[in-house]
Amino acid sequence: MTIGVKKVARPEKMSFGESLYLLEIMKGLAVTMGHFLHNIAHNKDIPTIEYPEVRRTMPARFRGCHRLMKRPDGSPRCVACYMCATACPAKCITIVAGESPDPAVEKYPVRFDIDMLRCVFCGQCVEACPCDAIRMDTGWHTPPEDTREKLIYMIDKLLEK
Amino acid sequence: MELILFMLFGAIAVGGAIMVVTRRHPMASALYLILTLFAVAALFALRQAHFLAAIQVIVYAGAVVVLFIFVIMLVNVPENKLPMERVTGMRLLGVVAAGLLILESAVLARKFAMPAGSTADAGSVQAVGRALFTDYLLAFEITSVLLLSAVIGAIAMAKKKI
Amino acid sequence: MTPVFDIAVAVARVAVFFAFVFGLVVIMTWVERKGAAYMQDRRGPNRARILGLTLGGVFHPLADALKFLFKEDFIPDGAHRLFYQLAPMFALAPAIMTMAVVPFGPPVTIAGKTIALQIADLNVGILYLFAVSGMAVYGVVLAGWSSNSKYPLLGGLRSSAQMISYEVSMGLSVMGIIMVFQSVRLSEIALGQGALLFGFLPKWGVFVQPLGFVLFLTALYAEANRTPFDLPEGESEIVAGYHLEYASFKFSMFMMAEYIHMVVGAAVVATMFFGGWQFPYLADKGFVLPGGFSVAVPAAAVLILRIGSFVGKTFFFCWLYVWIRWTIPRFRYDQVMRLGWKVMLPLSLLNIFVTGLVLLYIDKGGF
Ligand code: SF4
Ligand code: SF4
Repeated sequence: MTIGVKKVARPEKMSFGESLYLLEIMKGLAVTMGHFLHNIAHNKDIPTIEYPEVRRTMPARFRGCHRLMKRPDGSPRCVACYMCATACPAKCITIVAGESPDPAVEKYPVRFDIDMLRCVFCGQCVEACPCDAIRMDTGWHTPPEDTREKLIYMIDKLLEK
Repeated sequence: MELILFMLFGAIAVGGAIMVVTRRHPMASALYLILTLFAVAALFALRQAHFLAAIQVIVYAGAVVVLFIFVIMLVNVPENKLPMERVTGMRLLGVVAAGLLILESAVLARKFAMPAGSTADAGSVQAVGRALFTDYLLAFEITSVLLLSAVIGAIAMAKKKI
Repeated sequence: MTPVFDIAVAVARVAVFFAFVFGLVVIMTWVERKGAAYMQDRRGPNRARILGLTLGGVFHPLADALKFLFKEDFIPDGAHRLFYQLAPMFALAPAIMTMAVVPFGPPVTIAGKTIALQIADLNVGILYLFAVSGMAVYGVVLAGWSSNSKYPLLGGLRSSAQMISYEVSMGLSVMGIIMVFQSVRLSEIALGQGALLFGFLPKWGVFVQPLGFVLFLTALYAEANRTPFDLPEGESEIVAGYHLEYASFKFSMFMMAEYIHMVVGAAVVATMFFGGWQFPYLADKGFVLPGGFSVAVPAAAVLILRIGSFVGKTFFFCWLYVWIRWTIPRFRYDQVMRLGWKVMLPLSLLNIFVTGLVLLYIDKGGF
């Protein structure tokens, strides 16, 4: 594709009224005053969401904070296959696999950390997982914390969501 | 009371003026210059010349020194690159000469009678305006022509192509 | 008895006007934030609460003040310590001084003495105002220079150039008013606006000097560094300009200076162009309507109406600052300079010229 220059059509000359500015300023003042009065009269129409008290409902496919799924017996569904860690473009998932005590299951994650400061919320980990063990459907933004360490989510935290 | 105030503001004016020439940092000099101008304005006000006092502050403290400071800021020489001023024989001589000049003019000024305690009105806007546009009209007009030519000259020098 | 009375009156006047201006400053910080919010379809500050009451966020100025008081008083490393600390004082002191000459009511008579409702009725009036408000630029310039940082320096430079440019047109634009009312005293100008023009229009400054009013208002905005002339601050280009390196109470001193400038500026516009304390068609004894009607009003009510009219006008012009701020975007720097020197200056000279001609014509018996 060649790069072209787009010409923005500007009015060639301002009309006399426009070049006086004052009339245009009055019009602008009327607009802002209109908004002001309308918002005072129809206070409910202001789209602001009063956040801590009122929460916006997230769309069903919103990618929020991660959670790890559990089996019916409460153990993590994850089999520590490293698919998600491999797929992750931000390289923010750290998994340490361990031998599972359950003979039916080969491995389980001893450690499963997600560095939420590096995560770009792309959803690749969810796509990659072969056993639907990781999901991003909590509907949560990452809540703020006061240290970096608290934003590296350990397995306990991910499981309890 | 008036004498005390006169002494006070006079001392401030002279002290400020000395500081203006002795400070090493141009910004400090400029600030002392404002102080001096204010003190002089106060002296004017003491002589009932309120209009003159106000104009002094508006024009000199409000505009001229702002331009000085503008230039100081624009050039903005770091503190350690400021030139060292040294006391030389020539400069000391200059101070002595200036002192003699001041003394001389003081003696001369005493020969002329001080204007008797001016009335409250003599320095008002109306009085000054009337004097300016009747008795001193010629001087006033000549001054304005002079200023005009200075303005044109400044523009001519600053702009290569007009 | 007499000196005690005089001193008491003087102190009372200062106290009342001080309280008025500072009260308005506090209210304005809230009005500005809330007004901005409503004009932009937001809700604005509504969280600070006392005893569970928020009252639309009116407690926010209080919270702000507390916050400023308890913040760390910080001086940047490379700053010039003395000038850095002097700058907020240079900014605040002239702002406070300007309020001295604004009359907030007609002279009243108490115990057989006539008392002007004005802190000081100087006979240089408006000139004092210009002289003192011209000093305000030093606070800005010193702050910009002494912070030893690029953005504040740019802000200081812009401010000094802008203030000088607009001071000229500001001074010239009120010349017309001075010529019409034959006085530089604000008290006499306010008094002169009680007359009627052509028998029905109040002889307010804006009706005799419409061009002067527009020019003065524009110059006032430029002098007070308010949008569209807030280039010395210009959040989006030089971050915050001259007070970028200031924190805690020093910053709030700059803030206060700006708001006091606004409030006093509004009071001055109201006084010079909108009759000050004059209430339309209200004479000393009562309403005198065009067409010969008159309604008697008790003296106390007249006084209250007049002071109320001054307060109302001042408040309107304070509001106008906010209103304009959220309507007009900032000018570019060359536009500011062009407007100042190539538009405002010639227009204000023209205004003086035309005013002079008309006055001469009236003097010679015209109209
Ligand atoms: S959402 Fe993307 S970046 Fe975040 S952990 Fe999953 S794969 Fe990595
Ligand atoms: S892809 Fe799924 S199963 Fe494999 S490690 Fe990640 S979360 Fe566990």
